[in-house]
Amino acid sequence: MAAMRHGKYRFLAGAILPGLLLYAVFVLSPYAQAFYLSLTDWTGVSGEAHFVGLDNFRRLLDDRLFLSALRNNGLMLLVVPLATILLGLLLAALVNFGGRRGSTALAGIRGGEFYKIAYFFPQLLSLPIVAVLWQFVYHPNEGLLNGFLRAVGLDALAHAWLGDPALALWAVMAVLVWSSVGFYMVLFSAAMESIPRDVLEAAVLDGAGRLATLRRIIVPLLWDNVQVAFVYLGVLALDGFAVVQVMTAGPGGPDGATEVIGLGLYRSAFTYGKFGYAAAMGVTLFFLTLAFAVIALRASRRERVELS
Amino acid sequence: MTAVVDRPARPVTPVDQPKPASRTGRAGDVAAHLFLVGWAVLVTVPLLWAVVSSLKTDREILTSPWTLPAQPQFDNWSRAWTEASIGSYFVNSAIVVGTALVLTMLLGSLVAYALARYTFPGNRLLYYLFVAGILFPVFLALVPLFFVVEQLGLLGTYPGLILVYTAYALPFTVFFLHSFFRTLPTAIAEAAFIDGCSHAGVFFRVMLPLARPGLVSIGIFNFLGLWNQYLLPLVLNPDPDRYVLAQGLAALSVSQGYRSDWSGLFAGLTIAMLPVLAAYVLFQRQIRSGLTAGAVR
Repeated sequence: MAAMRHGKYRFLAGAILPGLLLYAVFVLSPYAQAFYLSLTDWTGVSGEAHFVGLDNFRRLLDDRLFLSALRNNGLMLLVVPLATILLGLLLAALVNFGGRRGSTALAGIRGGEFYKIAYFFPQLLSLPIVAVLWQFVYHPNEGLLNGFLRAVGLDALAHAWLGDPALALWAVMAVLVWSSVGFYMVLFSAAMESIPRDVLEAAVLDGAGRLATLRRIIVPLLWDNVQVAFVYLGVLALDGFAVVQVMTAGPGGPDGATEVIGLGLYRSAFTYGKFGYAAAMGVTLFFLTLAFAVIALRASRRERVELS
Repeated sequence: MTAVVDRPARPVTPVDQPKPASRTGRAGDVAAHLFLVGWAVLVTVPLLWAVVSSLKTDREILTSPWTLPAQPQFDNWSRAWTEASIGSYFVNSAIVVGTALVLTMLLGSLVAYALARYTFPGNRLLYYLFVAGILFPVFLALVPLFFVVEQLGLLGTYPGLILVYTAYALPFTVFFLHSFFRTLPTAIAEAAFIDGCSHAGVFFRVMLPLARPGLVSIGIFNFLGLWNQYLLPLVLNPDPDRYVLAQGLAALSVSQGYRSDWSGLFAGLTIAMLPVLAAYVLFQRQIRSGLTAGAVR
């Protein structure tokens, strides 16, 4: 088409270059530099960086706090996505198929719209704000959680949630799950609504119970969404910086119990000025994230179920 | 088709179905509702508690956590807004996020459109270059980014934050809009070309309006993502006068001096949550469908 040729490259340059320039300066170049910096002893002050090879990475393996960070991020990587997805799926299924209308066994529950509205809200709050809120909830004396436990006579269960090394990380993970479940519930719910009714009715007519319908039909049809959710949540769990930094005092909570890689990196760089060392943590986190994404996408690959 | 043969042996007509199922169904309904109500309580109670506490005196917060305030203490809010600088943090957030959002949408849709609808050498490479940014954790770039921004003299400035926010929002925006622009019909664009429309004209006058649903989805997604930024401002925005809302509130709650002022902190927290809540109440349908449409496709 002759008309389309006219000025094509001028338009393309105008469309792509501004975005590309911004992206190259602030995203690509820092990412590329990070790999080199991780191999230096740069402390920023002298402005001089000496090449030290893999020294930083070797030191990471002896860094007790970094090793607890690895362990904590690993646990979060398992617990946060699994808990969020299971809860999200369950709540979505209850809202979409938990009710019954006349003889239709799989119907939306009454008030389903209200639940979706209410559950979704925490997702809109930024994580540091959620963290400030939960800092109050977990407060040992005046906090909502202990106040509730004492009010119902369960004084024995009251704890210094964020001060107890055995509980702090779980308290932090609960906050991440709390803030994310609503989003994934609405996401799964939207996907469930797009499942044709006759597929579900056929399953019910064939005698499938609700649980079997959920497990055998609904979840497989949602598998793409579950997979995406798992990757997103995994990345969230590998971060964990904002909640930990705001909620737990000192470096990585009591006894390093809530130390995460991001926090160690932030502290090394911007508190101690060990930029090379911090960059090495960043590179480690990058490879962990990459490995996680590849494994998650491969391991959960199933035959795609197509409707049409 | 064996349905006719099967039917006498296993009667599963709709008429038969409800009888055995209805009792367990009723119990199931109750359990379903209990579970749903339980999670609703878990979500709303901490939020309501914060709002109610923001209207109490410090004494009331300590002594009677479960009652409503005897006298709503609105001066907690004004104290938080002015003395604790929540007001100026708020304005900073609005400026930075608003500008970055416009810039992200403009640059992102241009790049996505060019890559989705034109063939030229290097197209694939550029696409993957942009989309690769989704995979990389921000932490990887953090240390070098700090020095890039510092060397450009943009540390602790609005333009610095705006440009960095935009750059980091581009990968997902390009990825999302790329697939969106690909699905748009070519016939209308071709007709416009034949009518003598320029490339830019086709983009702004034909394709952008067609892409509106996608733009709204990714716009909402980006707004929340940018509003929720914490790590980037924490590192690149050290000047307390320019703190954005989340950053400022977190700093307040961490700083020892403000710890004793519970009611003031609750007020700051409530002020930080209210606009989002208000927007959500007004636009909740669009926000939810927009955000989830982004992920469902």
